Amino acid sequence: MGWIGETVDSIKSIQIRQLFTQAISLGMIVTSALIIWKALMCVTGSESPVVVVLSGSMEPGFKRGDILFLHMSKDPVRAGEIVVFNVDGRDIPIVHRVIKVHERENTGEVDVLTKGDNNYGDDRLLYAEGQLWLHRHHIMGRAVGFLPYVGWVTIIMTEKPIIKYILIGALGLLVITSKD
Amino acid sequence: MHSFGYRANALLTFAVTILAFICAIASFSDNFSNQNPSAQIQILNINWFQKQPHGNDEVSLTLNITADLQSLFTWNTKQVFAFVAAEYETSKNALNQVSLWDAIIPEKEHAKFWIQISNKYRFIDQGHNLRGKDFNLTLHWHVMPKTGKMFADKIVMSGYRLPNAYR
Repeated sequence: MGWIGETVDSIKSIQIRQLFTQAISLGMIVTSALIIWKALMCVTGSESPVVVVLSGSMEPGFKRGDILFLHMSKDPVRAGEIVVFNVDGRDIPIVHRVIKVHERENTGEVDVLTKGDNNYGDDRLLYAEGQLWLHRHHIMGRAVGFLPYVGWVTIIMTEKPIIKYILIGALGLLVITSKD
Repeated sequence: MHSFGYRANALLTFAVTILAFICAIASFSDNFSNQNPSAQIQILNINWFQKQPHGNDEVSLTLNITADLQSLFTWNTKQVFAFVAAEYETSKNALNQVSLWDAIIPEKEHAKFWIQISNKYRFIDQGHNLRGKDFNLTLHWHVMPKTGKMFADKIVMSGYRLPNAYR
């Protein structure tokens, strides 16, 4: 009971100016993270410069939980590149390797077929109904670098959202009750 | 300033920074490796060469692939992904690349190999342009590191030609 009284006292004793300072510092941290993310999007030319590998279709090269750094340049798509693409109607991007390229003479448009290294068949089963080839606008970026295991944090937070809430709650509590 | 929480936080930040730095250096060291891979591909046999019901040409080949990719492996290499692609041009398409075979090489010892197989993936054209077509066979490789930047390169072998008539 005395502990509850102490907490109530400490919340009552927060001055309004101190509260604003803390809120603004928190806001600055969140905003600078956002700035860094948007700057990365600009530099790499891709809508999502970092992706987490979610499935085992590219093993043993990329395992579930690895993160990939993407880059999208105007260079034409060529066989062997590892590309990240979105299928129409699905929002989870897929990371697979290009195995076939047919590039048109005049327009430079390109038909692309992909396949996961660890899959038996190509990706036609994953494409939209009746779609045989991917086109340039489906491709979000090429994988240029990779870091192992770092993506598990994101996977855990997505699959067990309760952990995300616990973390944010604990962070919020820490901010409110800290002395400086 | 000296509470457990502060110390744990400082330690964790420092550890993560050092880890990131080590990963970057490991990846950077890959730039200094001396690479001289070699390969040869022979077409042993054209198994069949037909026009499919909906109009596209398809050919099935038996290939003899000899390669030595051992110099591509560094201490930071997890695997090398090698594949052979047929590359040619047609009147409609400026470039066609069709992957015929690929393999994952997990270790340096497996990187010097000799293999005779028929094409793993179907060699299908967009159209019926393959009769008498000259094409290149290119061995591509993709070095996937334990951490950091991936490297890719290729050897182009030209002078291959498909027969003038279906069989």
